[in-house]
Order: sequence, then C-alpha cells, then structure tokens
Amino acid sequence: MSELSVNHLLGIKYITEDDIHLIFETADHFKEVINRSIKKVPSLRDITIANLFFENSTRTRLSFELAEKRLSADVINFSAASSSVKKGETLIDTVNNILSMKVDMVVMRHPNPGAGVFLAKHVNASIINAGDGAHEHPTQALLDAYSIRERLGKVNGKKVVIVGDILHSRVALSNIFALQKLGATVKVCGPKTLMPKHIEKLGVVFEPNLRKALAWCDVANMLRVQNERMDISYFPSTREYTQQFGVNKALLDSLKKEIVVMHPGPINRGVEITSDVADSKQAIILDQVQNGVAVRMAVLYLLASKIKHNED
Amino acid sequence: MLLNAKEIHIALHRLACQLIENHDTFANTVLVGIQPRGVFLAERLKTILETDYKIKNITLGYLDITFYRDDFRRSGKPLEASKTNIDFIVEDKKVIFIDDVLYTGRSIRSALTAIQSFGRPLEIELLTLIDRRFSRHLPIQPDYRGRQVDAIGGEKVKVCWVENEGEDAVYLINT
Repeated sequence: MSELSVNHLLGIKYITEDDIHLIFETADHFKEVINRSIKKVPSLRDITIANLFFENSTRTRLSFELAEKRLSADVINFSAASSSVKKGETLIDTVNNILSMKVDMVVMRHPNPGAGVFLAKHVNASIINAGDGAHEHPTQALLDAYSIRERLGKVNGKKVVIVGDILHSRVALSNIFALQKLGATVKVCGPKTLMPKHIEKLGVVFEPNLRKALAWCDVANMLRVQNERMDISYFPSTREYTQQFGVNKALLDSLKKEIVVMHPGPINRGVEITSDVADSKQAIILDQVQNGVAVRMAVLYLLASKIKHNED
Repeated sequence: MLLNAKEIHIALHRLACQLIENHDTFANTVLVGIQPRGVFLAERLKTILETDYKIKNITLGYLDITFYRDDFRRSGKPLEASKTNIDFIVEDKKVIFIDDVLYTGRSIRSALTAIQSFGRPLEIELLTLIDRRFSRHLPIQPDYRGRQVDAIGGEKVKVCWVENEGEDAVYLINT
C-alpha cells in the first residue's frame, strides 16, 4: 500500500479505502511542506499539467494551480470562455491538441457528467476530475473528509449530515462515497424537491427536519444553493429556505453539543449559514481551503508517480 | 557482521568526541537526522552528548528527502515519505547531517536541496556510521565516519538498532 490503485482520479466511486488513506498520509507531509517558509518541493519539475476549465471556478482552479506550482510542475491554464470550444471544436480534439504540446496530466472541470471518464478512455494522459456536472468532485470530498479527520481525529464512526441541494450537487455525491468508504454514517437533509429520487439506495437516510439532523450529527456539511443549476423553482423563496434549512447561532447553541460546521464555498451568507456561524470556531471552512492545497498536492504527486519516466 | 554492539558503542563515543572538538557547546550547531534510517543514529548521538558529555540543549531535527529525490518516476518502487520535523530555523547555523550509511551520495544531494527550505545554513557537515567506499555517484564525502567499508554492488549494508530491530549491529548482506 504505497501506490494508488488507479491511474486517473475520476471519482471517489472508482478508488478504494486504502487509496484514500494513502492520499491522506501523503497530504499530511505536504501540509507540513506548505507551512514552511519555502513552500515548494521539486518532485514534479519534469511534469506538465493542463488545467482545463470548461466551467467557472475560482477556489478549485486556484487551489489546483497552487498545488501544481508547489510541486514545481509546469502549468498551463485554459478556460472555455476564451477558447476554440466556442468555435465548435470537440472535447477530444481540444484535449488532443493540448496533449500534443507534451502535457502529462489534465485537471478538468466540465459541465457534463462523465466527461472525465470519457476523456480517460480516449486520450493518453492522467486525468483528474475537478468536477463534472452534477456527478462527482472527488478532490473536494477528499479535502472535506481530510478536514474532518484533522478536527475529530478520525472519520470512521462519525455521523455526518449533508444539508441542502443534494440533487444538483457533485460535492454531495463524492462526499457520500468518501465518507462511507471511510466508515462514517451519512444523512442528507434539505427540501424534498432537492433530493434525488432513489437517494436511499446509496445507503444514506433522508432527514427532512434540520433540527433533528443537527442533533444527531457530529459534522454538518452545508451545501450552497446552486441557483445557476435550477431550471425550475424547487422551493418557494430563499427566505423560506433559510427559515427551514439555514443554520444560525441560536440553533447551534440549542443543541447542547458542539458540532463541526463545513461549507465547500462559495458561501451565500445569510442563506445556508449566517455570518456568525461561518466565522465561529465551530466552522472549519477556511481549514478546508488550506487542506485543499495539501490534498491536491498528494493526489497530483501520487498520480504523477505512476507516469513512468521513459514513456514521456 | 561488520560491527557488533560494543564496536558500535565505541564508534558512537568517538564520533561524539569528534563533534565536540569542532562544535564545543553546540550553541550554534543543529543536528539533522535524515529520514528514515538516520534518525536512530541522530537520537543516539544526542543522548550520548547530553548524558555522557553534559552538553545541554542539543537541537535535533528530522529531515525527509522523499520529495527532493532525483529518482522520482525512475525507480521501480513508489517512494514513501516520512515525517519532517524541523521546528527551528537553520539560517546562519552549523548543520550536521546524520545518516546511517553513505552509499551513492544521492540522498545527501537531496538533503542539501531540502534543507534550503529552512533557511541558509552557515555550513553543513556530514556524519555517517558506515561509509561505503568506491560506490559514490556524486562528489560527496563524510566529515565524520564510524567505519569505512569496501562493499561491492550486489552487497547491502544493514544497520540495526536496539530501538527498532532489537540489537545494535551492522551486517554486510549478499543479495
């Protein structure tokens, strides 16, 4: 156990519990590295990585780019808004053109579910999924679980509730897979309209009452209301959503125990969580962001170690 | 067997005395054990210097060189990292690298790069228990050595410690 079982990171579904532990142990070392005065190691100096973002992103793209640079990789960035995709080029053509410039790894965000899986079958590079539609966002789930492990010591046996828009959320799906593989119990909470139809088949319990869900859990992961993916009205108004599924300080204080509050960002302050919760000690939102760099360095390093030197 | 427990004991005390000759009170000197195998030797030397020679407050750190190695993606087996624990600044300090066996010199080359992340040392010295002669790939030599050994390519030098393997001994193994 010191090598990943996969050559690409397409989703948490495709990796094993051992893979996740290996990524966490490696991330521990990188977390120490990024807290030094010189935050850089030369491991990936002969690797070139393309960041292909066919969909908007701030946090994830910056986090990946920083992780790549901290590992000394050469980095090229691409965003769909300013590219030939607008001129009608296909995904495989776009990527193969980029790969012919001798690129070893591709970090891709794409609006279509399965875009990463498709690409991995058709091009010769190591693919990391940075979010594909409403499917998976594996590095977010890894950094979420890593942050829980850091705060609570372990993930195994912990109770985690994921609150909000489960239907449109790739973060929710990847989190469910990751937490379950690590031995945590997962409940989901939110408006019935934002629950996928057969969510119980994933082994999670739907809890419609936020107070009950919070009283049960050790960790609450508050998802963002994804207005941009909502083609119809899933709840009457933002105000009503906040009243039923928003977390505020009074609600947390009434629980008689201290739960950990997470949020993958970007926060709609005053919608999913109030500002006093987001800025409280219980919230580990900024730890999640810092851990994101260390976890992504671990993923990049471990996948790069599987690219054999002479096959370049 | 190259060295038994008694010979290792003598060698460690001699190395400790040689360090004292050059570093006196260790006021501006730090010991850095190279992970994973150099830390046992480094801890032993620290204990000897503190208990037998009454030198107070020796600074000891552990340096992992995995991410600085030059055989990443080139060696068959994956590289596994160990913990780096350097909670001091090496700027303008005298640094003594401590490792159990000096072979090709590539680990020390990596360590020289890695230590730069913690500042610019005044000088760096190298102490090894076993110095394998005629096997260097790089122009790196130890400043302090326990025993010089002539070993051919197929042979392996294994250093055992009570803390880890249950005995103090150095073996030459045919592989």
